[in-house]
Formats: sequence, structure tokens, C-alpha cells
Amino acid sequence: MAKSLFDKIWDAHVVKSIPGGGLDVFYIDKHLIHEVTSPQAFDELEARNLPLYRKEQIVATADHNVPTKNQHLPIEEPLSRMQVDKLTENCQKFGVELYGLGHQHQGIVHVIGPELGITQPGMTIVCGDSHTSTHGAFGAIAFGIGTSQVTQVMASQCLLLSRPKRMRVTVDGELRKGVTAKDVILYIISKLGTGGATGYFVEYAGSAIRSLSMEGRMTVCNMSIEMGARGGMIAPDETTFEYVKGRKFAPKGEEWEKALAYWRTLYSEEGATFEEDLTYFAEDIAPMITYGTNPGMGIALNASIPDNVPVSEKVSFDKSLKYMGFQPGESLLGKEINYVFIGSCTNSRIEDLRTVASFVKGKHKARNVEAIIVPGSKLVEKQAIEEGLDKILAEAGFELREPGCSACLAMNEDKIPAGAYCVSTSNRNFEGRQGPGARTLLASPLVAAITAVEGKIVDITQYLN
Amino acid sequence: MDKFEVLRSAAVPLPIENIDTDQIIPARFLKATSREGFGENLFRDWRYDSEGSPIEGFALNDSRYAGKILVAGKNFGCGSSREHAAWAIYDAGFKVVISSYFADIFKGNALNNGLLPLVVSDEMLQRLFVQIEKDPKTELIVDLPAQEFYVPLWEERVSFEIDPYKKECLINGYDDIDFLVNQKEAIEAYENNRPWAY
Repeated sequence: MAKSLFDKIWDAHVVKSIPGGGLDVFYIDKHLIHEVTSPQAFDELEARNLPLYRKEQIVATADHNVPTKNQHLPIEEPLSRMQVDKLTENCQKFGVELYGLGHQHQGIVHVIGPELGITQPGMTIVCGDSHTSTHGAFGAIAFGIGTSQVTQVMASQCLLLSRPKRMRVTVDGELRKGVTAKDVILYIISKLGTGGATGYFVEYAGSAIRSLSMEGRMTVCNMSIEMGARGGMIAPDETTFEYVKGRKFAPKGEEWEKALAYWRTLYSEEGATFEEDLTYFAEDIAPMITYGTNPGMGIALNASIPDNVPVSEKVSFDKSLKYMGFQPGESLLGKEINYVFIGSCTNSRIEDLRTVASFVKGKHKARNVEAIIVPGSKLVEKQAIEEGLDKILAEAGFELREPGCSACLAMNEDKIPAGAYCVSTSNRNFEGRQGPGARTLLASPLVAAITAVEGKIVDITQYLN
Repeated sequence: MDKFEVLRSAAVPLPIENIDTDQIIPARFLKATSREGFGENLFRDWRYDSEGSPIEGFALNDSRYAGKILVAGKNFGCGSSREHAAWAIYDAGFKVVISSYFADIFKGNALNNGLLPLVVSDEMLQRLFVQIEKDPKTELIVDLPAQEFYVPLWEERVSFEIDPYKKECLINGYDDIDFLVNQKEAIEAYENNRPWAY
């Protein structure tokens, strides 16, 4: 029977199936950990007197809590410092490779995995973080897990899982000028809704997806969880192989050839089964922005907020709009913005920084806007400096910080004040996500950069010609 | 993990859809390195204002409502994978969450912590909200061994789905770690016989 990409990788990782139920003992190739969701897992391992089963398959970094200023100094916030110290202590005790603060490879876990060549096609990758789906961009099965599962992988390198259903989302055609990977995924989520892919693993396909760079593909796969999907993936191709080749942990020499031969078998065969198979057209996608408090509440920049939601959804919809300070049916164009945040595991890679820099070069941010750029990793930061992007950004009034998750989830000092509006390149616009009372509008780095310069939301088409 | 069999309790209603784990437990409270104590910050920003005073009208602050069952709008637990959300709900004294569907990761996290995510139809969920609003003392019964849920006041019993293995785990207080660690032989055999390994 014709197999999908997902089935090929899933089947290759089934240690055994449990008779009588739908559960598989499922093998994990790489386990990424960070300071927030790992301490209780290490404690549990110790409490049960269990060894760490395959420490060489774990990579750790500190990202969620870390400050984005003065990383060379001790962390000021005591609870954050304690969590980061605990990670260091656990990694030393258990012999886990740690790219902690100050390390040249430190950064957001979903940025460093790919850029170091840790993430490879055909792998299974987990992390105690829902945006682990990012790594699916390489043709891997990658998904977020809870802390109990982090313990399970530490103890056995396996998870007990039921096989999700398969969904294919095809985007065919050529993307219009100014429409980026972020707009593609915000568009898909706006169509499917925030729970529309719950229970599914999504494969993104079609010529518009194929045309994306690896950075763009990561942005798309990253937000799969925002429509409830277990994960998202894209079949590896020459773009993928070109990206992986030569990276620190990528296979070399003969191993590379062997790997490549295997990776070329990773695609969905003609006639493979998908329980859900959807197609969208690239030409229908415009630059997007969200107006509500879940990522499914997105519209084209120049469209209006819906005013005809079904009665059953009205309570939640009204609550959301009240929080945002918007009215049904109104346009967002002309709304003043207080903050622009460019960063997070969705959009903090070198390509994103280049997009912003190339737009803001020779311009300046508006006076009413505070513009913060947080690179995804030390390597992205280094590259940006080498390319002179830091100077362009500084001249435009953008503050280039040090790497971390930052204002995406506001666990560190980078918070948006209550009531303030922030156009953010991150992945979630939930109530209070960027700080208690903060109002988040999700958009692409290009839209964010233009908003910062204008000081308000504008129809970006005037800039595109 | 505590054992779970039959639970009789009144319920606390949260008729809001798409409740994400950032609402259940905001990120700024994830800095603890143990599993305990998250209950006091459950629904923190819906429950307390910025001064820490209870917000009137929120179900957890409403003296009419009490019980070990939380009834919530569809797509409960979406967003972040933080298991702290399940810990917070459990720590606040809940043993069951009823909704018309749950986000996948939350569902798994709940089951791994002795918290039962119980799926009912959209229609049943609406009926429950109406009934609890009418009489907050309404008793609900969740019978895990029989996989049945019912309101004694009503005639019918509703059966619910749960994976047979997960059901055994909940009833006996086992978890996946015990199971997986016992699979070492099979896991090692798999590792040694892979045609392709990373």
C-alpha cells in the first residue's frame, strides 16, 4: 500500500505495538530539553532511582527564562536564576550536553537544533515544548510533550503513543509579493480554527510550500500546534539537504551519502491515505494579522474583523474582542501600536532579521513604538553582526537583544504592559501571553517592520512596488 | 499517582471555548522546580486582578460552585504543552475535566497525572452548563470502571471512551514510566537491529 511520509517515519520507530489497544512503544531519536519543563523530570528519575537511558541523545539549552540583556552577568530574577542553575546542575550530574547561557551555541531550542544540524530528515524528535513541531520542516516527526513524558524518554528513550490521524494541507501556486511563510500559516490556521487539526499530524505540500526556504518551512511547521495538530512536517528535498549539509552535527563523508540515499526515500507516495486532505491556493493568501486572543482569529491586513460569528461562539468571541479593545466589523488599519517584537521560535532566524533590516534600512521607527529584536540564537546574533545588520537596526531605532524566548511568553523581564498593543512575530496571542493585560497582534517580520516604522497598522501594499 | 474509580461530585462550570494553558497557568508561574503548589495560581489572571483581589463573577470565586469536576467549553487545554496546567487543576482539587473536546497534549498530560479528561457531545455539554447554572449543587457521577457518566437527576447514562491501557493506569494508579522501563529488552533489540540509526 502506498505510504505517506508520516507513516514511513512512524513505522520505522515502532519498537512494538501493544496488543488489544491502539498504543505503540515509539522510539525517540533526539530529545531536546530546557530549563522550564525538565527539572521535575530529572527529580522523578532520581526519586525512582532510574538511570538516564541514552544521555548522548539529549541536548539541553537555557532559553525560556533567560534575560536578553547582559547575559554575561548573573540572572537578576531569583526564580529564573534558580531554574537555569538547576538545569546546569542536572546536566552536570547526568552527563547531558548543555548549551547554556554564554555558550556559543545557546539559543531557542527550536532554532539551535536545526542550525547545528542536530535536526535531520527521518528523525523522531521530542521536547517539553509544544513548538517542537518546528523540526518537522526537515521531514522529521517532531512534537511537544509534557514533563511526565520527558521523564519517560529519559528513562527509556521511548513513549507510549497512539498513532495520530493524517492530514495533508496543500498550498499550490505562487505567493504574492509581500506574502511570507508566516502569512501562509496564519491563513491556514484562520481557515481551520484553533482546534481544527486536533488529533492529526499534518503534512504540508504543494508548490508554494516547496518554494519556501528552510527558515520559511520552519515557520510554517512551528505553528502547527496552533490549530491543535500533534505536529507538522514537510518532505525533505534539495532545499533541505543543502541546508543540513556541512552543519556541525550533520553526517559527513560516506555517512552523508548513506544518509542522503535514505532521506531521498522520505516522501508521500502517490495514493497514500490521508484522513483529511485540504488544498489552498497561494494567490488567495494576503499579508495576515490577528485581531483576537487565539491564533485562529486572523484576517488579511486590509480586511475587517468578522461581525457574523455563530451564536454558539459568541460568548468567547465577545470576551476576546473586549480584551483586545476592538469592535466586530471594524478594520485594524490605522490602529496605533505601542510595541513591535521580532523574535521567538517562529521568526527569529537570520532570514527574518535580514527581512527586517532590508526594510528599515535608511528609515526610522515611529516615536510611539518601542521595537525589540531578539535573535533566536548566539549563532544568529553573530551572523547578524557579521552582516552589519546590527548597525542598520540600531540606526533605525531597533534594539537588538541577546537570544532567548523573551517577550513571546514573557517569562523573563521582557513584558508588554497591560493594555498596550504589540505587533509580534511570535506564535500566540493568548490573553496575557506577553504579560498580564498585554494585547498581541501576530504578524510576519515584514508586517512587523513596516508597522514599527509607521507606528500604526497600514496596508503594506504601498511598500511592495 | 492516586487511584481513580467512581467519583460523585458537584461541578464548577467554565462555559468558555478554547481555554488555553496560558490561562490555566500563566507562564510567569512556571518557575518552580517541583510539581506542587500550582493550584493557587490556577486561572490566575481570570481569578484575581492585578492587586490580587478575587474577580467577582469568575466561577472559581463564586461561592455557589464547588466540587471536584470542572466543566469547560470545547477545545480545552490548547496551546503550550506545559504539564503545569494539569498539575494546577489537580492541585486545586479537581479529578475530572469535562469538555466536548480536548487538545491532545493536555489530554495526555492529564491522564499522566490522575486527572480524567472526559469527552461528552457538544449538546450534552450545553445541557450540563444549563443544569449547573440552574442548580449548582447538581451531583454528577463519573464511573471509570463502567466508563459511564451520568447526572442522577436525569434518566440516561452516557458512556465515554478511554484507551483500555490508560483506564487500567488510572484505576490502579500506574503510569507509563513503569510500563516503559519494563520494555528495556525490546527497546535494546530495536536499537541493535535498526537499518538506519542517527
